[in-house]
Amino acid sequence: MNIVIVGAQSAIAEAVYKKWAKPENSFFLWGTNAEKLSSLSQDLNVRGAGHVYTAVMDAKHLEEHSQVLSESLDKLGAVDLLLLSYGVLSNQSECQQQIDSLADSMTINFLSPIYLLTYFANYFEERKSGSIIVISSVAGDRGRLSNYVYGSAKAGLSSFLQGLRQRLQKSGVYVLTVKPGFVDTPMTKSFRKGFLWASPDKVAALILEAFEKKKDIIYTPSFWRLIMFFIRSVPESAFKRLRM
Amino acid sequence: MVQLSSWGNYPVIDAHIHRASSIQEVKNYLTGAFIPRGMARSYGDSALFSRVLDMRALHQFHGFDASTGILTCDAGVSFDEIIKVFLPRGWFLPVTPGTRFITVGGAVASDIHGKNHHIEGSFCDHVVSMSLLLGNGDILKTSPTECTDLFRASCGGMGLTGVILSVSFQLIPISSGFIDQTLFKTRNLQETLTCFEKNASYTYSVAWIDCLAKGKNMGRSLVMLGEHATSGSLTFESKTRFTMPGLFPAQMLNTYSISIFNQLYYHRIQKPFHNSRVPLASFFYPLDNIADWNNMYGKAGFLQYQFVLPFASKKGLELILEKIADSGSGSFLAVLKTFGKGNKNLLSFPMPGYTLALDFKRNAKNMRLLKVLDQMVLFYGGRLYLSKDACMSESFFKASYPTWEKFESVREKYDAHGHFKSMQSRRLGLL
Repeated sequence: MNIVIVGAQSAIAEAVYKKWAKPENSFFLWGTNAEKLSSLSQDLNVRGAGHVYTAVMDAKHLEEHSQVLSESLDKLGAVDLLLLSYGVLSNQSECQQQIDSLADSMTINFLSPIYLLTYFANYFEERKSGSIIVISSVAGDRGRLSNYVYGSAKAGLSSFLQGLRQRLQKSGVYVLTVKPGFVDTPMTKSFRKGFLWASPDKVAALILEAFEKKKDIIYTPSFWRLIMFFIRSVPESAFKRLRM
Repeated sequence: MVQLSSWGNYPVIDAHIHRASSIQEVKNYLTGAFIPRGMARSYGDSALFSRVLDMRALHQFHGFDASTGILTCDAGVSFDEIIKVFLPRGWFLPVTPGTRFITVGGAVASDIHGKNHHIEGSFCDHVVSMSLLLGNGDILKTSPTECTDLFRASCGGMGLTGVILSVSFQLIPISSGFIDQTLFKTRNLQETLTCFEKNASYTYSVAWIDCLAKGKNMGRSLVMLGEHATSGSLTFESKTRFTMPGLFPAQMLNTYSISIFNQLYYHRIQKPFHNSRVPLASFFYPLDNIADWNNMYGKAGFLQYQFVLPFASKKGLELILEKIADSGSGSFLAVLKTFGKGNKNLLSFPMPGYTLALDFKRNAKNMRLLKVLDQMVLFYGGRLYLSKDACMSESFFKASYPTWEKFESVREKYDAHGHFKSMQSRRLGLL
């Protein structure tokens, strides 16, 4: 299997793709930090992966996104699996004050992944095979005062994936949407951790299981499905008065 | 600030914990004194301080040479991960303790030992080199031949010489995921010790000893010997069977319940010896099947006491066992083993002799008992394992680890003073 990971430095992604490190699997890791990528690639080699390639990309440079597919194809020959696992946890108040921050946040969390998804979807559709795994977020299930910029980008991404899944299923292309709740990763470093928090390893195990079972949308851990069900059920007239 | 404790759930302190995700972040944390921390499987306060640097996110493999078996990886890589990746390829750890949920950095800092100590020595005897971040921010490579003084101080140095960043060490080739186990049932201490002597050529040996048995039964044990099997698949299977709830009623553990458990455990083996082929996980890591087993001792936590006495002090071992049996305070799984020769590392625990490890529920009575045991261990020329200790006195430490002054001078030379501290190092009077 030839695997392309965009956002290879993500703690969740790392815990997932390390499990695929076998001689029959080759990798193309895309990320933002060349040094970190080289260390991740060494790790995959030690674990016995096939070929491992790395390259730096900037999610804000949308015009360069088509190269992610072309370069990956160039090195790997073909791609069987795309894992998208990147984003920034936007600073809500900054996004309210500075329109550039708002634009950056939407570019990184929404436009960039849907650009990549479009390029890869067209490729997979033509090939009539392929799998796509995207890390979205429970934050997209309902807009909230404290992070609706991040949330709306993830909501857009999740909706995009629903449509894409319908489109691609007749071509035999599989799409998995992952909605993690609170995960203890570098992205959430500054948060106080409580009982709702899960480790990247735990989330990764759930993703691998869902991938095996070809599930469509998963919440990780699964109790978030219930939590989000209740959060979505609150009538807007009451929800607007809540501070969360 | 978070509430932090290690495996013994005692002591519990308020600490600031920072997770390093790059070497730069480790450097940036040098603004004040701290202690690096891995999976916090040391029992007492050696991985506790007001500032703690969590090293687990630095967990990449860097290289493996299949012709020599030398693995290089970040200090945050766990033994569990190493086993999962390398066992199927026919490699195993040269030395492993009774849990695989420890990091390589922690294994070096504690210079951990295992069931093969009498033959293979401790973990650091298999370390080829390591890189260390010093208090001044420099990164230095150290090995048995490069900056030897720093190497001898850092192996078993409890993280007090610098931050261990990456380690190169030897893996051993195996051809099976199983162990051929021989179990001997012994009736008293003399039989147990003779059993160790007679079977010294076995790669692995350890005894579970019934610390509540008195009189003519004192020291009765199940001695487990093992060799790597030469056939059987290279698979590693281990599942958590049970998670100990955080609110386990610790009152359930008392002299009666433990005594009943020990009797059952001992008498479950009918014959004086028993051969079987067991998976690696059940031979080396029986307790890893019970997640959070430390919660069994309840909120007050527990103290694990592990000492070593030189072979010449067999009398001391008898007296200590007698003292423990009389107190009725001993635990389920007391473990006895003979150590082989020690090494030159300044604070490494093992030395030729007998080592006994057992748990005590933390209460005033047991704290007093341990003080008495401390005196006996000191009198008979022994010492305590720093990775398990939570209450040893400064004078006991300094008398039983006479190389502490050398350790301090190496720390001074390499700028560790004022940078790397733990609650334990303060208690033991290290700068």
